[in-house]
Parts: sequence; structure tokens; C-alpha cells
Amino acid sequence: MTSSQNIFKTNEGAQEMRARSEISAKEILREVGSVLRMSEAEVANLGQSSGDSDEDQTMIINMGPQHPSTHGVLRLMLELQGETVLRCKPIIGYLHTGMEKTGEELTYMQGGTNVTRMDYLSPLNNELVFSMAVEKLLGIENDIPQRAVWMRMLLSELNRMSSHLLFLASNGMDLGAVSMMLYGWREREEVLRFFQKVTGLRMNHNFIRPGGVAADLPAGWRSDVLEILEMLPGRLAEYDILMTDQPIWRERLQGVGVITADEALALGTSGPILRSTGVAWDLRRDQPYLHYEKMEFDVIVGSYGDAFDRYAIRINEIRESMRIVYQVLDNMPKGDYRIQNKKVTPPPRARIDESMEALIHHFKIFTEGFKVPEGEVYVAIESPRGEIGCYIVSDGGPKPYRIHMRAPSFVNIQALPHMMRGGLVADAVAVISSIDPVLGEVDR
Amino acid sequence: MSDHEGAAEAQPMLHGCPLTDSHGQAVVHPSRAQYVALLKKLLDSGYAMCSDLTAVDFLTHPGRSLPEGVVAERFEIVVNLTAIASRDRIRLRVQVPESDTTIASLFDLWPGTEAMEREVFDMFGISFDGHPDLTRILMPEDWDGHPLRKDYEIGRIPVQFKGAHS
Repeated sequence: MTSSQNIFKTNEGAQEMRARSEISAKEILREVGSVLRMSEAEVANLGQSSGDSDEDQTMIINMGPQHPSTHGVLRLMLELQGETVLRCKPIIGYLHTGMEKTGEELTYMQGGTNVTRMDYLSPLNNELVFSMAVEKLLGIENDIPQRAVWMRMLLSELNRMSSHLLFLASNGMDLGAVSMMLYGWREREEVLRFFQKVTGLRMNHNFIRPGGVAADLPAGWRSDVLEILEMLPGRLAEYDILMTDQPIWRERLQGVGVITADEALALGTSGPILRSTGVAWDLRRDQPYLHYEKMEFDVIVGSYGDAFDRYAIRINEIRESMRIVYQVLDNMPKGDYRIQNKKVTPPPRARIDESMEALIHHFKIFTEGFKVPEGEVYVAIESPRGEIGCYIVSDGGPKPYRIHMRAPSFVNIQALPHMMRGGLVADAVAVISSIDPVLGEVDR
Repeated sequence: MSDHEGAAEAQPMLHGCPLTDSHGQAVVHPSRAQYVALLKKLLDSGYAMCSDLTAVDFLTHPGRSLPEGVVAERFEIVVNLTAIASRDRIRLRVQVPESDTTIASLFDLWPGTEAMEREVFDMFGISFDGHPDLTRILMPEDWDGHPLRKDYEIGRIPVQFKGAHS
């Protein structure tokens, strides 16, 4: 950070929510507007009609960033009147590590290792969207071998299951069903064990790469998947007994954190949050990628837009993912697992021992990377949390000129103030949990 | 894609803005003056969701291909819209000059862009007129500079080798 005319002092003011006495009436309209994402007219209307009162009756408290139920380092500033939440402002950035800047320094070959760490609960979906964007820029998106495409679908759906299982665990924990924490992690572990067998790693796999996947499925993969699929229905039925059918569980979630379809669309939310309001929008069905148009599955929608709907959507999406995985098992073709395009595929290990050219090619592809034609592209897929998008601008070199990830959690947590308004502070935890944010991708 | 106007040979236009195709995706290039009016029209025509808003700094890559009539500037605001009913997507690329890094805010059309615009402000130093709370979002509030600009130098931490002979 040295000689640049663009380094100037900035004073945009504090990110924190300020007390009502510190700001003028006009400012409070703007601030409440920004916090509640409303226009000034709506806020002015609301200020007169609702229970918003003088400052001596309200209190601003901090929740997080180290609160155990904030799923990482989310910090919320809550303005309370008694037990009721009036304003709420999420303050993020505690996990910001400049991953988009880092992405500009990594070749397309290395980029997967970077994006996979953003949403660390669904790493394979991150890799998938990144690989699809690079393939689109290269113009090889239709040449990916069939086995690789079906493997991607298998891994993507299993990853959705593991992510939702962890949601069930943390959702249960946040609401006091502590035993659910253990059960959710236990089932997720079975899926991660399969990932470890296939990719070598439990998380952050860098397995789906531009051009295909890194390796073929190991021997005995089919029985491993079947074991998971046979284990899960019984366990999901147990969850229904433990949570879904419990009056306490329902009381705790129904009618909490309500959001309407119009609000959800205006706020740009996606995934289970948008679907809980009744909007049947699932990119797997509505803008199909891979082979999802050939799959038979249902898009689960809610009708009340509350935390219970979001819970029910996720538990049922596990069942739908299982349906898709069964169909993938029936259709998995034989063949190559990565494209045989010299430009993006390193030569096989055996060739390196025989051929000097192969050795040079291998060396160059891993040190310099491959060049990608100039252009820009935005690819979006359905991650467990919603629409994950990857916008890449290429200048024709081996590294992305700009890589931007549209992180679903980043957009979804901006709906928090809206969901919390007028609710009880005890329900705040339930609302955060029902958004299922991953702070790794919020802050990137 | 589907609803563009204009003759076959001439530059296709959408609501008076050049329309191009990038790998099968529709891209519109409005000027800053046309920006909000165009988005209002797109919102009314069914693009109910603003999926993404980001920016690109083209400082070290000036010669990119743009349709005729669009002058390349240093910054570009990129907006991705989604139409739920027609299952369609459209992208906007707006040129923002280095000398005047301001553009209108979309807060009144899509309140969800509030955080995205804050991120662009934080990372690129582009201010949004009419934004209710333009503060840094990811970086600390007393940070200097805007990290995703191309002339922002990446810091280096000197590596020390403990006990190594120099």
C-alpha cells in the first residue's frame, strides 16, 4: 500500500447502529429505511403507527460476533424495547480475507482451491459453479464427458444432503433440541466419509475442476452411496418424531421470522428462504444445468414464509436429493471422467515417464496454467443456500481478470432485519438459524 | 435473447441501449443517464429479482470489446437480473469513469441491492447516489483505499526463517 493517488482517507462513519438521540429525525428515517430496507415514505408511516418509542424505552445490544448461535462471526446490533426487537443491523466482515482479490492471483487451475473455501459447507457446489463458468468461457461446456457430468450431479446432491443435515443439527441445537446436534453431525459424517473416499478430503475438495473431475470414482462407490441412501430414510423418520411432530418444536418455529413473497423477491433472497414464501424457484428445475432436466424431483415450497417452513423445506429437500441420487445411480455411464483436451487436461502420469513433451506440457500446465479467451460470463446454480453465481471476466490470460462470487448467504442475511422486526429477542436465534448462513461466503 | 428490438443487421437495441450476446447471455450496455430508467422498465417487464450487483476495474485491461457507441471507461458496474415468470436472465454493464465515480443507487427499485452497493463502494470506491447507508461493509471502517481496485497493492509480510543461516 504505497504510492497511489487512490489511497485516500475515508470517513463514511461508523458501521454500527446508533442510538436514536444521536441522530436527527431525517437521519433516523434513512437509517431505519436502510436497516429495514424500506423507502422513506414507508418508514415515516411506520414511525407514526407502530410502537417505536423514545429512546429511554429502548436499548441497543450487541449479539455476537462470538455468540455460539450466530454460526461463525455474524454480529447483530439489536434495538430492543422490552423483549421486542425494533431495529436490527447485521454487521459483517469479520471473516473477510479478500478471496476475490486472491482469486485474481490464482490460475484457473488453482482457482478451485480458493472458491471451495467460501461456502465451506457445500464446497462441491462452489467448485461446480466455478468450473462451469470457466468451461463456458473456454467454449467446452458441451464437451464434458458424460461420466463427469453425472459424477458432478452425484456429488452436488450428496453435498446438498450433507449441508442440510448440518442445518438440521445446528437448527436443533439453537432451539434447544441438543440431541439433534449429535444426530445431524453423525449422519453428515457418513456423507463426508464417502467424500473422503472419492476426493481424498472431507471438505474443501478441489475435486470438480474445469474440464471434468479430478479422479474417477473408487471401487465400491455404488455400495457406499446405497448405504447412505438406505440409512437416511429411517433417520429422517426419527427426526420427524424428534422435531417435526413435536408441539414444542412447532410452537418455537411457526409464525417466527415471517417474510412475504414480495419482500423476499425485492430483497433478492433465494433458495429455501424464497421457496418458503411460496415462490417455486429452483434453478435445478427452472434453469437446468448438468442433467437436471432429465431428473424427476419436486421443488418443495412453503406457504407461510416462517422459520418452520424453512425447516420443513430443508428436511424434505434431503428426500428429494435422495430421489435424484437414485436416478444418478441408474444412469451413471462408463467412460472418461475428464475432457481429453490438451489445453486444459494434464497428460496422464504414465505418459510423463515416456515422453519429454508430455513432461513439459505437464509442467507448463501446472506452473503457468492454461489461457482462457477474453470475455465475461455469469453462471448460476442452486446451492443448498440458494443461487450461487460466479462472474468471471477474462483478459485472455491464465488468471481471471476479475472473479466475483454471488454468495447466497450474503444476500440472504440482509433479510434478517425484516424477519426480526417486531419479534421477540428469544426468537432472534431461531430466525438466524433458519437462514442457515455460512459466514465464510458472506465475508469471502 | 427474446425481446430485443431493432433491425437484423444493425446493432440490436433494448429500450434504446445496445444489446449484445456473451456466451448466450443477453447483455445490455446503458449509459449512466439511462441506467435507472432502463432498470425501471426491466423491473416492470418482469425482471423481479436483482440477483447480483458488482463492479470491475478495467485499469490494466482497457481494450475490451464493447458495442459501438459505448465508450470504455475504467470502471464497470455489472447488474444481473432474473425474471421468475419467463425464467430469463439479463445482464447490464454500465461504464463509470475514473474522474467521477458515482452512479445512481438502485435501493428504491430493489432494496436488496443495499448491501451489494455497499460492497462495491467498499471494494471499488464507487459511490451510489441515494443510497441510505453508504458505509464500508467488509473492511474495517477506518480502512484506507479500496482493495479490489487494480492499483491497490497487495501487501506482503516479510518471511523470517528462524534459526536459518543467512
